[in-house]
Amino acid sequence: MARFVVRRIGSAILVMFATSVLTFLIFQAIPSGDPAFRLAGKYSTPAQVESIRREWGFDKPIYVQYVKTMEKIFDGSVISYTQQLNVDQTVIHDLPATLSVTIGGAVIWLLVSVLFGVLSAIRAGRYLDRVLTVLAFIGLSMPAFFLGDIALYYLGYKAKIFPLGDYVPLTQNPGAWFSHLLLPWMTLAVLYIGIYSRILRSSLLDTLGEDYVRTARAKGISERRVLIRHALRNSMIPLISLWGLDFASLLGGGTILIEEVFNINGVGKYVGDSIGRLDVPPILVITVFAAFAVVALSAIVDILYAALDPRIRLSS
Amino acid sequence: MGPYQIAWRRLRRNRVALAFGLLFVGIVVLCLLAPVYASDIAHTTPSANHETETVRIGSKTVDVVSLTGLPIGPTWHGRFFLGADAEGRDVAVRLLYGGRNSLEIGAVATLITIIFGLLAGIVAGYFRGFTDGVISRVLEVIWAYPVIVFGAAVGVIVNVGGLNLGFVKLTGGTLLVPAIIIGIVYIPYVARPVRGKVLSVRGLDFVDAARQQGLGHMRIMVGEILPNVTTLAIVMIPLQLAQSILLEAALSFLGAGVQPPSPSWGTMIGDGTRLIPGAIHLTLVPGTMLVLCVLGINIFGDGVRDALDPRAKLRIEP
Amino acid sequence: MTGSAPPPDVDPGAAPPTLLEVSGLSVSFRTEQGVVHAVEDASFTVGRGEVVAVVGESGSGKSVTGLTLMGLTQSPNATIAGSAKLSGRELIGASQATLREVRGAEIAMIFQDPMSSLNPVVRVGEQIVEQIRAHEEIAHDAALARAVELMERVGIPRARDRSRAFPHEFSGGMRQRVMIAMALSCSPRLLIADEPTTALDVTIQAQIMEELGLLRRETGAGILLVTHDLGVVADIADRIIVMYAGQIVEQGSLDDLFYDPQHPYTWGLLGSITRVDRVRSARLPAIPGQPPSLLNAPAGCHFRPRCPHAFDACTQPPALEARLPGSPAHRDRCFLEPSVKRRIRTVDGAIGLATGETVIS
Repeated sequence: MARFVVRRIGSAILVMFATSVLTFLIFQAIPSGDPAFRLAGKYSTPAQVESIRREWGFDKPIYVQYVKTMEKIFDGSVISYTQQLNVDQTVIHDLPATLSVTIGGAVIWLLVSVLFGVLSAIRAGRYLDRVLTVLAFIGLSMPAFFLGDIALYYLGYKAKIFPLGDYVPLTQNPGAWFSHLLLPWMTLAVLYIGIYSRILRSSLLDTLGEDYVRTARAKGISERRVLIRHALRNSMIPLISLWGLDFASLLGGGTILIEEVFNINGVGKYVGDSIGRLDVPPILVITVFAAFAVVALSAIVDILYAALDPRIRLSS
Repeated sequence: MGPYQIAWRRLRRNRVALAFGLLFVGIVVLCLLAPVYASDIAHTTPSANHETETVRIGSKTVDVVSLTGLPIGPTWHGRFFLGADAEGRDVAVRLLYGGRNSLEIGAVATLITIIFGLLAGIVAGYFRGFTDGVISRVLEVIWAYPVIVFGAAVGVIVNVGGLNLGFVKLTGGTLLVPAIIIGIVYIPYVARPVRGKVLSVRGLDFVDAARQQGLGHMRIMVGEILPNVTTLAIVMIPLQLAQSILLEAALSFLGAGVQPPSPSWGTMIGDGTRLIPGAIHLTLVPGTMLVLCVLGINIFGDGVRDALDPRAKLRIEP
Repeated sequence: MTGSAPPPDVDPGAAPPTLLEVSGLSVSFRTEQGVVHAVEDASFTVGRGEVVAVVGESGSGKSVTGLTLMGLTQSPNATIAGSAKLSGRELIGASQATLREVRGAEIAMIFQDPMSSLNPVVRVGEQIVEQIRAHEEIAHDAALARAVELMERVGIPRARDRSRAFPHEFSGGMRQRVMIAMALSCSPRLLIADEPTTALDVTIQAQIMEELGLLRRETGAGILLVTHDLGVVADIADRIIVMYAGQIVEQGSLDDLFYDPQHPYTWGLLGSITRVDRVRSARLPAIPGQPPSLLNAPAGCHFRPRCPHAFDACTQPPALEARLPGSPAHRDRCFLEPSVKRRIRTVDGAIGLATGETVIS
């Protein structure tokens, strides 16, 4: 087990290094235009572009550029020249909003997915399953931004049930924080519910056909216990690991669409606005951090997986 | 009966899947007929700007775009059948041309994803060892990026400056750029399952038997390994197509995909979003089309997967 | 064993009271290609303390029979008809609640592959505890103590430590013993063993069979032993049922079947057991041909296509009847005259199935 952990962490570090190199290459080294000019953004002056060139080392060999870029990213000194704001600080400022959106949405989608997945599996082929399947398909065919638009318009603007987007910090007003987040949460959840409930359904149907489930039934234990303690428990494991990865992916800017539509000032919106402004430094930094978050969480999930599965844990 | 014939029979009996497949085909055909529609029915082009004009609806004459900047909604007539957008362009015409763009990008991206995904998966699974290590790490790197952030970031860079690799020159506005980006982003999603399947097939005796016969690696990979992953590939094609179309829409919505003035369903939804709460038809029309298209692909694709499923031995009679 | 009444004395000479009475059991499944008749009109009994072996190839319906008794073959595609009474209580068509009470407590089942039949991520002790607590109001620790005792009883060393282990940490034979311990945990009156030794080495097979024999003597439980290997049952079975293509083709006592078999398929089975005392022939005798597809069973006798002794009467479906005067319990489905049978069933000095020409009676 220890060897496995060490190898997995080693692999993660390698991949992180590789992603940093790749990101660097894409942003600074793609042979399409002048990287310094790109970084400088829309309102740059030639003098600025020159000073950026020196600061980031674009007049030096490529590996020096790489080192300088990484240095700047990790000591928090990257500045958006268009906005004259420090990127890291902006990210930290925007993080709570993104966390609020992500955590709330992720919890909802996990709970609802399990509910739908289980119901679909135990009533497989029958009416309830068909209905839930249709809903799942609509959910996973729906682009989040379109759904958000529609929800905002019909439920917010016309029916006035929900507030019209924006974000209210938890510390400022918990009630408003909650009510403003309901629509974004549900919009975020819809797509994932579609995907996860189908995966769980499929996984459960497989598990329910396994020999050990047949044995459990032969022992005379209640069907509900068979479902939860034997089938669901084994089916949930891959689902949880997937959930962890999607969660990391969302934190790293995957919420961009939801935040844009609902006008929530989170990390995603920051990326989105930067794209609109052609403001490269924030995109660079967030891309690196996002990739790191996913790799780190992927390694953690793999290790937890191995820790929970006694077959792996107890072998040599 | 071969497994493909059995699968085909099963698919034919799945009326729901067939219906949605037809829906998708219908949308594709409609979009392909865009030039016909534009010239013969709407009498305009996707970028023709009618902002300052007026149009007759019934007995009234209305501004195409009102003084407050609000365009007209659907007229249900030849001109401006589905209304106009903020620049006075015919929404229906843009919808069909945009559909062509979105579908084209989706198709090219899917092609890239499937081909390179298969390649990577088969090579990694067949040779194992060091080759597999390298390929798997590369896949992991690509996979580590949140899809939208990565796509958007690369999209911005390349769209702004174009791509100049010496032998290949792409200017910022082509459709190939988003297609390539989307295609690459999804390669790990295909390569990993393929690799897994190849690894399990690889261990079977017939591969060693083929090697002993003196067959070269290429012959074995194409002749023995490839047929075993074909089912997987067939199932993944509709899935990837749906994903690619959705990603293109998202990227275009953000401004990192198809560049104006070229239309795509994503850019149209983006334009419409900016006008909310007014002119909701600008968001509804392209959005609904997008959902119907992707839904059609997804449900048909699920039917294909179901039909190819070898495990379903005892099926319930419909 | 704690918690149960002392085992009754089983007198092998007296007719044992009937524990299980199966009559006219039929199970069929709807599939894409048509209806599969897995079990056709099976009738038999199992008495207290009796070991009844159900022997047949894959697809003969022997496993489906066992699973159906436990109610484990129910699905929207399945049609189950007939009756199966456990001490007078009807199992076919019984409610889920009834079945749940019966399973594990009155009838217990041991499956073929103990690796896949045990939950890989739950400790074995807990898996036994789960069964006990499903049927009795008992504290967890008390149930665990009983589980450990059971494991000791079936010959697992260091049972207390081993109860905390996971299934993959046991060898195949030990895993099967765990399954046996689990099956016995609530003192069932009937034990169904579905190919309990097929997945094990030959030496372990013998140990497990011995274990089952011990069980029968000590607890007085009836055992329904499902297997494809006639050799395995020779030591332990009281009566044998031979199944082919979903039907019972012969049933009778151990002696009846081994010394006076009446059905050609039984001869084939006997002929294919390797024997030390046999003249060594060039090849191991096998029954020629393939078992029939259960979708389109041949009209008349199901064995006709593979039977070298088939004749015109065989196109009619033979009934399962006692055809030997004086042996009412020995039944078979073959139209051949008993005197003819005695003559033609000896091949190469032992009982077997002749290959080649058809012998007409």
